[in-house]
Amino acid sequence: MGSPNLGLPIVFVSVLLAGFVPNEFRPTAFGYALAVTPLCPMLRIQSLTKRYPTGDIALQSVNLDVPDGQVMALIGPSGAGKSTLIRCINRLVEPTSGQIYLNELELTRLGSAQLRRARRRMAMIFQEYALVERLTVMENVLSGQLGYVNFWQSWFRKFPQGTVDEAFRLLERVGLGQFPDKRADALSGGQRQRVGIARALLQNPNILLVDEPTASLDPKTARQIMRLICELAQERGLSVIVNIHDVPLAQQFSQRIVGLQAGEIVYDGPPSGLTERALTQIYGEEDWNPERESEADESPALAGTAGERQS
Amino acid sequence: MTQTTLPGRQWSPPNLIENPWIRWGLLIGGIIYLVLALLSVDVNPGRIARGMERGGQILVGFVQPDFFSRRDNIISGLIESLVMTVVATAIGVVISVPIGIGGARNLVPLPVYLVCRLVIALSRTFQEVIIAILFVVMLGFGPLAGVMTLVFGSVGFVSKLLAENIEEIDAAQVEAIRATGASWMQMLTYGVLPQVLPRLVGLSLYRFDINLRESAVIGIVGAGGIGATLNTSIQRYEYNTASAILLLIIALVMATELVSSAVRQRLQ
Amino acid sequence: MPVLEKGSEKVWQKRDRTQALLSWLGWLVGAAVVLFCWQIIADNTNWSFVADAPEQASHMIARGIPPNWGYLNTLWQPLWDTLNIATLGTLLGVAVAIPTAFLAARNTTPHPIVRYIALLVIVGSRSVNSLIWALLLVVVLGPGVLAGILAIGLRSIGFTGKLFYEAIEEIDPNPVEAVAATGASAAQVLSYGFWPQVMPSIFGVSVYRWDINIRESTVVGLVGAGGIGIQLQASINILRWSQVSMILLVVFLTVFVSEWISASVRRLLI
Repeated sequence: MGSPNLGLPIVFVSVLLAGFVPNEFRPTAFGYALAVTPLCPMLRIQSLTKRYPTGDIALQSVNLDVPDGQVMALIGPSGAGKSTLIRCINRLVEPTSGQIYLNELELTRLGSAQLRRARRRMAMIFQEYALVERLTVMENVLSGQLGYVNFWQSWFRKFPQGTVDEAFRLLERVGLGQFPDKRADALSGGQRQRVGIARALLQNPNILLVDEPTASLDPKTARQIMRLICELAQERGLSVIVNIHDVPLAQQFSQRIVGLQAGEIVYDGPPSGLTERALTQIYGEEDWNPERESEADESPALAGTAGERQS
Repeated sequence: MTQTTLPGRQWSPPNLIENPWIRWGLLIGGIIYLVLALLSVDVNPGRIARGMERGGQILVGFVQPDFFSRRDNIISGLIESLVMTVVATAIGVVISVPIGIGGARNLVPLPVYLVCRLVIALSRTFQEVIIAILFVVMLGFGPLAGVMTLVFGSVGFVSKLLAENIEEIDAAQVEAIRATGASWMQMLTYGVLPQVLPRLVGLSLYRFDINLRESAVIGIVGAGGIGATLNTSIQRYEYNTASAILLLIIALVMATELVSSAVRQRLQ
Repeated sequence: MPVLEKGSEKVWQKRDRTQALLSWLGWLVGAAVVLFCWQIIADNTNWSFVADAPEQASHMIARGIPPNWGYLNTLWQPLWDTLNIATLGTLLGVAVAIPTAFLAARNTTPHPIVRYIALLVIVGSRSVNSLIWALLLVVVLGPGVLAGILAIGLRSIGFTGKLFYEAIEEIDPNPVEAVAATGASAAQVLSYGFWPQVMPSIFGVSVYRWDINIRESTVVGLVGAGGIGIQLQASINILRWSQVSMILLVVFLTVFVSEWISASVRRLLI
């Protein structure tokens, strides 16, 4: 799996010692380059390539700039590398080559401690919500702050009061104010995704990486969730990369669309520019006219060489 | 929403047990028990200090296993263990089938069910070694007592799991056979057995493993097998031989476990 | 399913001829092996003892009923020891098994070599019965409860460790990924991503093993490692069958109660 082998020696040897040191005070080589100049993009990807050990090439020399505050939708058939691209950014999947910069910080060069610090600034929202089912809503939301507290604080659930206040505010905002102590597995799909959103925002990120947020939801809930993500992103001025199957939904909610096909960018432009030709380029031959529903991923001729890790 | 969020609203994770009396009662009771239990452990430092020397001898013996000086005893012990396991598993499974069927509530009337479940409970309650002692008293030292012990243990194990398996079978298939006007025996052979047969074979193989492992132990109380050889070697302070025997037991157990799990996987 | 043509008739059989032959052959070989093994056992058996067995058994039962109720008073202490051996032994075993299992599980091990070492520990502990552990420990530590606790603990490491690491390998990786993506440290990923998912099975398996250990701890006394087994051994040696039956009754009830506790705790956890 993409999650790195957790460096367990750290757990067994140094938890007791290091556990008391909050991440803030751990030595890092990098200061935080938060002074964002309007000229430099929030996220810059340069000739990113990912080859899986099986030999499948998921991404091939991808170049992409995402400016501050932009909502960008990533579309493309299954196996085109959308999921891999998103996971390369926070390095849940290790890129094979290329560079990724977040606010001029080169993510691809960070050691594991620095990577953890950097990950706090990149929040992720998942297709299957990826909540810890047996924990409560509040615990799941608070887990967004794990990068900011030390081990024993998180083990005994002693989060700073400011964090708890913020978590309550976020829960109200996503419409779950009344069940902080409900267990995550007792919620509906839409509610779970709202918890996922609250968890992501509690990280206080600069960028949201959103992986198929609506694929497991019914159409109405899907729109509500997309709207919520975009509203929140706008309120906080976040950049968003959302990887999505549903083309109409992508067109409605994003400011920019990037089409990925077999690991390469084949379309990059405004939602209005997605002509029939552009769609054919991304998804292959298909009668696009009747109703562009989200069948794109079912066209078998194109279900690519499948290097993509499906979540 | 009735509750508006105020800054400073406290939050702590919900407790596993709601009632504070029960929660604290269990916690304090647990701690008291632990303290009492630890206090009851009689540690005799003098004896342990003396024992350490022997512990050293055991360790030295164990890194130098000696397979040869008692070769004949070891071989005959191993063969006896294997032989006991084969016979006991075969007899045990044959007895387990009727008891397992009788222990399935969906096939038999209540009295039969209760009797069979009682047999199962009796067989499962007592550790094999206790049963072995009783059989040794009745039948004298030797492998026969061991076989009887293992049969007794196998019956409880296999019938219980078989009965549970039968209770979980697909009722629709049984109903379909019943609907053809089949007798009880026909229902059994056509509706039930095909569904549980693979599982029964799997269980028998699994029990074979367990029996082999147990056969190494019941020898300690005189019920034959490699356990007797092991016990003798430890009592004679021949730790090199004991080490060799233990290694052989581990190897044998692992080999049968590999074979049986491979077979069980193929059956599924 | 073959259909044979016999003249104009079609005869249906479950198996064709070779299959039927093979199946018969299989049964025949199986039966021969069992009979051969039985022969070996029969040769090593002193049949005059066996002929005497029914009389011995009826003798035992006659002298064992009724149980010697007065003997119960001397059994409380050994029973308490037995309980402690099982409980402390289980705690010890589980305490070692949890870190071992995390080292042995494919998705949490720091390195394949560490994984193999952890697996070796688990297999080694599983393969040696607690009575054998007890036999060795009594030599080193002297007779007593301590040897019993360690013997039970050593055996429990393998049993629980195996089930633990299987549970760890079966977890849903998505929440783990999500927790890692927040910038959590490795220890935090374990405590938030893994622990809530494996905690129920860790508790369930531990309670289950405790129940088994109650049974096991009744016999470690036979080799001197404390508990009610010492009394059992002594009573059998002097042929006091009314005491033996009393002990067996007590063991039966203890095991019954522990099984009930274990089953209800496990039901609560699901």
